[in-house]
Amino acid sequence: MAMLIATWKHCVYVFSTGLEDEVDTFQEEHERERHRGKRRDGERAKKKKRGNGEGRKRASRAGREEEKLQARREKKGRRKKSSSDQEAEGREGDEADQPTTKSSKAAKTRKNVKNEKTRKVEKEEKEDEADDEERNRKRKKKHGSNKKEENVEDGNTVKEKAGEVKKKKHKKVVETSSEKETSEEEDNEEEDSEEKEVRPETLTPEELEMLKEAVDERKKLIQGLRGKPWAMKKKLVTLRESQEFVDKYEGALGKGKGRKLYAYKVMMTKKWMKFKRDFENFKTACIPWEMKIKEIESHFGSSVASYFIFLRWMYGINMILFCLTFGLVMVPEALMGRPYGTIPRKTVPRAEAPSAMDFAVLWDFGGYAQYSVLFYGYYNNQRAIGWLKFRMPLSYFLVGVGTVAYSYMVVIRTMARNANESGVGDDNSFNFSWKMFTSWDYLIGNPETADNKFASITTIFKEAILEEQESRKDDNIHLTRFLRVLANFLVLCCLAGSGYLIYFVVRRSQKFALDGLENHTWWERNEVNMVMSLLGMFCPMLFDVISALENYHPRVALQWQLGRIFALFLGNLYTFIIALMDEINLKREEENIVKFNITTWEASHYNISASENSTSPPVTIQPADVPRGPCWETMVGQEFVRLIISDTMTTYITLLIGDFLRAVLVRFLNYCWCWDLEAGFPSYSEFDVSGNVLGLIFNQGMIWMGAFYAPCLPALNLLRLHVSMYLQCWAVMCCNVPQERVFKASGSNNFYMAMLLVILFLSTLPAIYTIVTIPPSFDCGPFSGKKRMFDVIQETLESDFPAWFSKVFSSASNPGLVLPFILLMQNEENKKKNKLAALKAQMDLEEARKAASPSAEHQKNNNASPDQEADEEEDRGRSQRMYHSKNGRSPPPHRHYGQLPATRAPVPRNYPHGNQGSAGYLPSFPRENEARMHRVPSLQRH
Amino acid sequence: MGNKQTIFTAQQLDSYQDCTYFTRKEILRLFDRYRDLAPQLVPLDYTCQPDVKLPYELIGSMPELKDNPFRQRIAEVFSDDGEGNMTLDDFLDMFSVMSEMAPRDLKAYYAFKIYDFNNDDFLCKSDLEKTLNKLTRNELTEDEVRMVCEKVIDESDLDNDGRLSLEDFQTMIVRAPDFLSTFHIRI
Repeated sequence: MAMLIATWKHCVYVFSTGLEDEVDTFQEEHERERHRGKRRDGERAKKKKRGNGEGRKRASRAGREEEKLQARREKKGRRKKSSSDQEAEGREGDEADQPTTKSSKAAKTRKNVKNEKTRKVEKEEKEDEADDEERNRKRKKKHGSNKKEENVEDGNTVKEKAGEVKKKKHKKVVETSSEKETSEEEDNEEEDSEEKEVRPETLTPEELEMLKEAVDERKKLIQGLRGKPWAMKKKLVTLRESQEFVDKYEGALGKGKGRKLYAYKVMMTKKWMKFKRDFENFKTACIPWEMKIKEIESHFGSSVASYFIFLRWMYGINMILFCLTFGLVMVPEALMGRPYGTIPRKTVPRAEAPSAMDFAVLWDFGGYAQYSVLFYGYYNNQRAIGWLKFRMPLSYFLVGVGTVAYSYMVVIRTMARNANESGVGDDNSFNFSWKMFTSWDYLIGNPETADNKFASITTIFKEAILEEQESRKDDNIHLTRFLRVLANFLVLCCLAGSGYLIYFVVRRSQKFALDGLENHTWWERNEVNMVMSLLGMFCPMLFDVISALENYHPRVALQWQLGRIFALFLGNLYTFIIALMDEINLKREEENIVKFNITTWEASHYNISASENSTSPPVTIQPADVPRGPCWETMVGQEFVRLIISDTMTTYITLLIGDFLRAVLVRFLNYCWCWDLEAGFPSYSEFDVSGNVLGLIFNQGMIWMGAFYAPCLPALNLLRLHVSMYLQCWAVMCCNVPQERVFKASGSNNFYMAMLLVILFLSTLPAIYTIVTIPPSFDCGPFSGKKRMFDVIQETLESDFPAWFSKVFSSASNPGLVLPFILLMQNEENKKKNKLAALKAQMDLEEARKAASPSAEHQKNNNASPDQEADEEEDRGRSQRMYHSKNGRSPPPHRHYGQLPATRAPVPRNYPHGNQGSAGYLPSFPRENEARMHRVPSLQRH
Repeated sequence: MGNKQTIFTAQQLDSYQDCTYFTRKEILRLFDRYRDLAPQLVPLDYTCQPDVKLPYELIGSMPELKDNPFRQRIAEVFSDDGEGNMTLDDFLDMFSVMSEMAPRDLKAYYAFKIYDFNNDDFLCKSDLEKTLNKLTRNELTEDEVRMVCEKVIDESDLDNDGRLSLEDFQTMIVRAPDFLSTFHIRI
């Protein structure tokens, strides 16, 4: 109760200003505050004097009434004062009142308490309450045209209502009154007389509507409250008042007959809000590593933290991918598929069996690991497995597709969101202002980082000043040019060299593989991966050295560096893939031979068994003894897994040696060394954000590439990221120093995302290529026995769906129809988005020239004039908008077609394809190819 | 979960959640942070709204703020009394505005107030000079400072009155690519 009382203090104040502020800009708020402050100061002295008479108690009610009348006469002039004055008075009055109040804790609230008392007394006079209420409403309506006034008015009515609420609350307070209080009360007299109970029964529908509006407005206020630039106290009070108002009048609205639905709706919204909040709380509680990242952020600034946030985001994506592959592919096969050892593809061949459990073999993902759910080859081509009739091959295929589709979706959406969030950017018109007002990173909470930041800001300013003063003349432009060309030449040599090296190594490893791996050393077996990892480690350093030649501005240099590393990684990856393709071809030749051999082997086997014992069924052959093909898919999967493993290992080892060992040496050898190690040459390492991000991105690219052939890859990657998170967090905190040149983190986010998208695209290409062009192995994997992997879709359609469906589908899936349709859908999507933006802009515009209503009518009439392109577009947009608001989701196809001539294009193209042309899956539309071509650009404007 | 907390009533927590960009857990964590600054001053029971203020010296010594050249301004802007002494409400308010969730407009409004050293509702030359000197720790010469300030006013002063109003400031800051990511304190 004490707390409740405490908050009354500001009620009058808040209600007089609250609703105005809602529509006001921050600016106005600002202004007002200023005036208020000044005025309040002025009033203060006056009020002090007036407070003297307080403390005297009224003998009787009659006396009070008399006094009141008198006071009213006296104070008439003052009534006109702004509400802020009242508020100020209120405060002062409180101050003086103190001794008379009962609740000692909430000393400041006394005045309000008294107000309530007097009001309560007045409440008895209420007779014509309904009339008053109506008067209020009418007044409100009158001012409808002028927004500002309306709001003030609103504020008043709300104030009155709040007054009532207060009255009720304080009924129990002992009646203590004073001259001062009464006179104070006179200010509010007018309003008080109107403060009456609202009886829903007495309200007309219009009034109800008004009330509903007011309630909604309050609700909106509550929702937007956190975005208001007010002090917390004010917010709290406003919140309380609004909530009470809403509670009270929502109840009133709900009482009448036929309004039960409304009450119910309100209740459900409340529950829903509560649930949403709880869920929100839960969600934030679930975000991992928040504190870790925060700590790093305060030590190293936002750019280093952005790497870890990126890492966490990556972790999330991989979690989803892992769930997909694990839940829909690996687990079903392991639980419901035929167990290990029942069929050849699920058994280690006899020749490999003795070494199948050796650690070295397992580490290479051979032996038992190779013949397990981890790899493509293990999966059986049985159409449905287990009691669930789980369609394994289909699931395998769809998961592969889903992985890629999901990744695309997430990356693109994140990019879009980032693009929305970041400012317009790269406009140079506010160069200095931005440098001044946004260069300090408020996240920094570490003196060392702060020092670096100060230094870098100073440098930035000096550079900018220099640039501003004169466009610097390069003293020897020819030398610089020569050096840059030289540097690029060197880099190209590096790239070509690394590409060749990888190609060479891969070819050599094939030779080794043909010889049999057992005859070679560990290095020879792991050469490819090691070379790739080492190249990835040392080439960037080399580039760094080379870029010193170029003498670029650090930011430009960073971009060059990133670009080069990107090229290096990409080159390496693609060389690797090309070499792998060679290997696949080799394997396929091998497979053909094996296939031939098997038929002869089988023939001979059966001949033998038939000749030996013609009556008994064929002798059961141990699955381990059956000759089998090389299964190139598993080979590809293995390669990728090995690559990931060695990549991970190199990363960790680099981390330990390059960062940790270096830090330890520098730290402890410093005591007995001839120069200062910490400040001088080796010093501590910096955290290389761009390099690490690139590493992460390429790692992810490999996952995407290999995930189809090795379902275990996402799981491995998850593990890797998890360990990385902890290891790198630790390494950063314990052995890195903050960067000297701190680059801005924002904007780079989308830069990383763009790289990720490119990598995603480039890494799905080879995977798709192999899936589409190369026939699957004949004796391993879920698609064995099919001509192409995607035949599984066809098969499912034919056998699991009714005949008409597959017919419809096959005709609908012909590319001539599908492609335009997809394009259109995207177009539609864009349009929706743009329309929202356009709508918003339009609303703003309309508000700006709200008085000019004829224009709206004009627009309405435009339906009749189709030649006005722009207006027509607008109208269409509007109708569609209305449609959306009614229907929520996307419109049904025919509606959609009706609105967009553009969608009509594909149909004519479909006719040549024949027999299904007359089928009822799409209504036939007039051919409007020309119109479409003409249309599309104009649609995109929205 | 932590339903046993008795620091706030459920209602108080709800109100705080409505008034800030924080979740329940974060509010409690912020309270802990606040209390850690002066355990002897801050009671463990906020249900009766004790009137506690922490002096600026304590607020400014938080690790989040202590290296910030503008810490004093931040505290002054968000404190009720304008002198940097903060109640828990002010404290929550401050970190709510500085949180990730706060919208650009709100941040811009408070950023303006922070850079407005003399509280005259305009960023005049002296404000800019102070800002710049704080940013660079007085490393720039007077000429350079003057030049930069002139440039800033030149760039952003849309109404040509020789100083930046809130409007000018907002137009400028809203388009800044870095503003959201740097005007942000994670707690």
